[in-house]
Amino acid sequence: MAEDILHEVTQADYKYGFTTDIETDIIPIGLNEDVVRLISAKKNEPDWLLEYRLKAYRHWTTMKMPEWAQLKIPEIDYQSISYYAAPRKNAPKNLDEVDPELLNTFNKLGIPLEEQMALSGIAVDAVMDSVSVKTTFKETLAEKGIIFCSFSEAVEHHPDLVRKYMGSVVPHTDNFYAALNTAVFSDGSFVYIPKGVRCPMELSTYFRINAMNTGQFERTLIVADEDSYVSYLEGCTAPMRDENQLHAAIVEIVVQKNAEVKYSTVQNWYPGDKEGKGGVYNFVTKRGICKGDNSKLSWTQVETGSAITWKYPSCILQGDNSSAEFYSVAVTNHHQQADTGTKMIHLGKNTSSHILSKGISAGVSNNSYRGLVRVAANAENARNFSQCDSLLLGDKCGAHTFPYMEVNNDSAVVEHEATTSKINEDQIFYCNQRGISTEDAVGLIVNGYAKEVINKLPMEFAVEAQKLLQITLEGSVG
Amino acid sequence: MNTTNNNQSQTLTSPLLERLGEALLTIKNLHANINGKEILKGLDLTVRPGEIHAIMGPNGAGKSTLASVLTGNPAFEVTHGSVTFQGKDLLELAPEQRANEGIFLSFQYPVEIPGVSMVNFMRTAINEQRKYRGLDQISATDFLRLMREKKELVEMDNKLANRSVNEGFSGGEKKRNEIFQMAMLDPSLSILDETDSGLDIDALRIVANGVNKLKRPNNASIVITHYQRLLDYIIPDFVHVLYDGKIVKSGTKDLAFELEERGYDWIKQEVEEAP
Ligand SMILES: Nc1ncnc2c1ncn2[C@@H]1O[C@H](COP(=O)(O)OP(=O)(O)OP(=O)(O)O)[C@@H](O)[C@H]1O
Ligand SMILES: [Mg+2]
Repeated sequence: MAEDILHEVTQADYKYGFTTDIETDIIPIGLNEDVVRLISAKKNEPDWLLEYRLKAYRHWTTMKMPEWAQLKIPEIDYQSISYYAAPRKNAPKNLDEVDPELLNTFNKLGIPLEEQMALSGIAVDAVMDSVSVKTTFKETLAEKGIIFCSFSEAVEHHPDLVRKYMGSVVPHTDNFYAALNTAVFSDGSFVYIPKGVRCPMELSTYFRINAMNTGQFERTLIVADEDSYVSYLEGCTAPMRDENQLHAAIVEIVVQKNAEVKYSTVQNWYPGDKEGKGGVYNFVTKRGICKGDNSKLSWTQVETGSAITWKYPSCILQGDNSSAEFYSVAVTNHHQQADTGTKMIHLGKNTSSHILSKGISAGVSNNSYRGLVRVAANAENARNFSQCDSLLLGDKCGAHTFPYMEVNNDSAVVEHEATTSKINEDQIFYCNQRGISTEDAVGLIVNGYAKEVINKLPMEFAVEAQKLLQITLEGSVG
Repeated sequence: MNTTNNNQSQTLTSPLLERLGEALLTIKNLHANINGKEILKGLDLTVRPGEIHAIMGPNGAGKSTLASVLTGNPAFEVTHGSVTFQGKDLLELAPEQRANEGIFLSFQYPVEIPGVSMVNFMRTAINEQRKYRGLDQISATDFLRLMREKKELVEMDNKLANRSVNEGFSGGEKKRNEIFQMAMLDPSLSILDETDSGLDIDALRIVANGVNKLKRPNNASIVITHYQRLLDYIIPDFVHVLYDGKIVKSGTKDLAFELEERGYDWIKQEVEEAP
């Protein structure tokens, strides 16, 4: 493991920055009702879904980009983006039908699309430029009644489930980007775990932007029925491009009685170059609801990529005795900006939430934690503990913490702790004296700092995340 | 380093003896500053393979500064003089290169690195050293065997080895951990900066034992201490007094006894009266 990390460290640059030469079906830039209809038509969607999209679009036109975040967002011309790009050879039935170039891309990303290669026991749904390309292990999972497929397939084959839950956690009116996504979303993943089923393997989605001037708007919907369990992983990469690319996704999670969902993300969208040119704008709405009693939701995220990140994976604790966790490492270097955190909304009785946020800033970047803990009037005995740590590498970067608390019930215990520290030259010299270069020392120290969060990730992801932390921070000290 | 020369055909001297004649470390007229303030003021010292040098001297004399300068701590600036280590210009090398060349410092104040396990830290250090020397990475089994062996050498608790680097270690545990790392990295020059302070009697014996077991004809140690007691366990070949940034007196083990008895005032006087 350490070997791999050391090896990776020698490659300082964004290593996922290749593009793939495949035939792409891309629609002209711009956004209006006709575009929404076109997207819906291309996907052969039922009327109810088109109506829902149009409703979202109309609502979106009345909205403004949110400006409250600690972010400097250049003006975005929403009419200069193409809202649909798909690899032309669509809906392959088996691996032989998948465009070999596309397979190549996913191989480069290290995704075990070939089922033999997926001995690690991960089922993968790969989404490239908005379209789900292939889902592995579908049959194995189907035996247990688990549905793991692209969002489009779910619309086609499980319309009742989709209709019941879509928008139930993140309504189309929720915010500017959520409205936009609902209007133009192209694809994504759908998961349904039936009652009493423990999903026997990690489910995983890889998102990849490839085509130029396209936005990526995926939707993920996960429903864990009573007494079920699933662990879900999400990974993201993009090619290096000079212009910014827009990514506005929605993730909705419904956790029923006694069920548990773990959602882990390693976000490594292209962050832009060292001067701040290019990079992905990552404006994402992620929210789960602990709907039933004793339900449990845990968000773990390692955010190393994107030029700008605006993201607050949240949880509504509706069921009694439900609990939620948010574990986050957000790294910013060079000109990256991140405003990320969580919202914990306590509604049920005896609910508890735990927030652990580790921010790391380097270069001239800006890194903010923004978290809301709300305890409703009827939420007896709510518990929250938040720990927000910031680590600064250098003195030109910024770290900010914005904790908000709205406690409307006297029985609540809500605690917040925050620390800010600078990477310590004595620690680096101590490592140097043991033969470890400053670059590697920073990697070690930062990984040590982020360990509690990294340890929450499934093994394969933890290794990847450690490497990413180190690579992201290269050249930031010394 | 190539010792082949004209002498080879002349005499019966074994290559080993020949190398013993060569210095491992040569410090000449070393001056160094911190924050613009001169601390080392013309220090000379020669260390040959197989030797143990004790350095004593009053608080603030510059003993730790010497250790920092030799190991390349960037807080210090060398303004004058030269340091040659195994034939190389040491001052040209980055701190990690010096370490990988075989210089080890047991810190007076070991640093805590939260979240970084001793295992991960040591494996990284060992592999960096091996890479530097053109060797493959150490295998997992070899590494674990090495860890076990060296832990036994310094009688270090398993629990400590499983914790983060120095985090929450007691003062004595930190010192023992330094000697453990020294054993792992097997340096050719070890500098022990007050490794004895903070150790209880048993720990002192164990640590000194460890140092003695690591002693070989081709490595050397500089032992910085305030107490003659340590030198009962680690027998020095030379004892030096560092005062006001210079070595002002050198002698054998007996000098340490004299210092223990008389303190430093007489030395200060000697220095001041010198022409
Ligand atoms: N960061 C620093 N800034 C300013 N002065 C320093 C700094 N570090 C060391 N010094 C000064 O350098 C001088 C030498 O310090 P050094 O630590 O080398 O002494 P020492 O001989 O090791 O003392 P001790 O026996 O107390 O360990 C002291 O006067 C000390 O105050
Ligand atoms: Mg000292």
